[in-house]
Amino acid sequence: MNKTKILLNGLIKENPTFVLLLGMCPTLGTTTSAMGGLGMGLSTLFVLICSNVVISMVKNIIPDKVRIPAFIVIIATFVTILQLCMQAYVPELYATLGLFIPLIVVNCILLGRAEAFAAKHTPFESFFDGLGIGLGFTVALTLLGSVREFLGTGHIFGLSIYPEEYGSLIFILAPGAFIALGFLIAIIHTFKTR
Amino acid sequence: MLWSLTLITAIAGGLLGYTNQLTEEPIAKAEKASREKAIQQVLPAYDNSPIDEQLTYTVHNEFGETETTIYPAKKDGKLAGAAVECSNNTGYGGEIRIIVGFEADGTIKDYQVLKHQETPGLGAKMGDWFRTDKNKQSIIGKSPAETNFHVTKDSGDIDAITAATITSRAFLGAVRTAYTAYTESMKGGEDHE
Amino acid sequence: MLTYISIFITAIFVNNIVLSQFLGICPFLGVSKRIDSALGMGAAVTFVMTISTIVTYLLQSYLLMPLGLNYMQTIVFILVIAALVQLLEIIMKKIAPALYQALGVFLPLITTNCTILGVALIVIQKNMTLLEATVYAISTALGFTLALVIFAGMREQMSLSRIPKAMQGTPIALITAGLLAMAFMGFSGIKIG
Repeated sequence: MNKTKILLNGLIKENPTFVLLLGMCPTLGTTTSAMGGLGMGLSTLFVLICSNVVISMVKNIIPDKVRIPAFIVIIATFVTILQLCMQAYVPELYATLGLFIPLIVVNCILLGRAEAFAAKHTPFESFFDGLGIGLGFTVALTLLGSVREFLGTGHIFGLSIYPEEYGSLIFILAPGAFIALGFLIAIIHTFKTR
Repeated sequence: MLWSLTLITAIAGGLLGYTNQLTEEPIAKAEKASREKAIQQVLPAYDNSPIDEQLTYTVHNEFGETETTIYPAKKDGKLAGAAVECSNNTGYGGEIRIIVGFEADGTIKDYQVLKHQETPGLGAKMGDWFRTDKNKQSIIGKSPAETNFHVTKDSGDIDAITAATITSRAFLGAVRTAYTAYTESMKGGEDHE
Repeated sequence: MLTYISIFITAIFVNNIVLSQFLGICPFLGVSKRIDSALGMGAAVTFVMTISTIVTYLLQSYLLMPLGLNYMQTIVFILVIAALVQLLEIIMKKIAPALYQALGVFLPLITTNCTILGVALIVIQKNMTLLEATVYAISTALGFTLALVIFAGMREQMSLSRIPKAMQGTPIALITAGLLAMAFMGFSGIKIG
């Protein structure tokens, strides 16, 4: 497989959010603003690339029986490293994302890619798979975050597009997350089947 | 089989211990910097070091016991006001932690929200809402001694955030606690001198 | 006592883990096509969540905290949860084969159910006591089950109706979940004690 193909596969054909429907919790929970979505996407991207590369490097020395726990330990290590670094250098972003940073550990995307891709491919290929899937996730979360922020408060990335009074608050709140994502997926379905 | 898992966990533990050591200092620094910034912003002009002179005071009021931290500001050796850090647990998402700056006479100079888990777009607006000079929203320049620091719905004098009354109640509750801490502790402090 | 009732009501209705905190969405969308499987999943989650919260709570307060190993929290918690799920599977198979028949298929899915790790972390973050944490875990799990069962009921009805082509499958499920979340917002503002 060549690297562009792997990259595009993650970004479009197997987009984790819109196509595979994985990692729904952070997708809905952190996208109250475009910035939140972008931050969460990049955090996941970082852990995904690191865990993918390391898992593909050590796959041959891990006995099959403890494969899953070993993968989880590797993922959890990178999540904690990320957690510590975010606390030190971007404390504000860390505060907004809150619980969803440690919960990257149980994001099905990571274990899913470890099992489906990294355990069967070279570190080099796994790197690009992590990059592609991670970027796909980031793009999806930023898009959803922008849509919700725009409809809810009239801002995108904090930039005012129209006065806040005309925004419909429901899109910032919990129900709006489900509804906005539902419509986004429906729109993508329509384009795909055409 | 188990040894490999133990080995991986041990390596992971070592790696994390190392990262923890590397980031411990920057984390403490970041926390201190954000607190210092907040204190500086809410206090009137001072020439002492409020952080070094901080004291703790426990307030007993309708919310039970609340531990507060007071950072006194002094100018030319005279008390110019103080910043009070305290929290209130009755917010919509639980704890709301704020720091309020008082002038010497007890009027509010400024405030900062340090920590909260309120709903984005609703309760989370408290950082700006209570400083916006519109209708009866703002608390800046008012003193809990003269103004009733309850939301208008509870026959107070402050407008609650639209659709976030619970957050507003908790926020104003925290401000009242801070005010009590300020007046009571400063009275006690003056007696000693 | 009032505190526990308040935790109970808040965790089930006001701050429902799925519909307002966005944890456990994967099983919420995945195992909600039929009411009986939703009930099974709910029961399995309740079981595991209660036990794992108690175990991780004890580990945190008697092992990680005293040793200053807070940075190992995530790794330790997830390993404990994974091991517990495995253990429960083995014990259940031996002692209660009937229960295993009913819940067994859901158990492997639970390790990566983020509500379990989420609740274990939340009770530590909110400084709950062991009893509060236990009550919180049980009520959260019941809230999860409630959301799952209601949603499964709605989807059973929905499978009989005609849905526009682009909306079929996930989109309509998400929008239905949105309406359900809206209904649950009606509980917000309920405060006991």
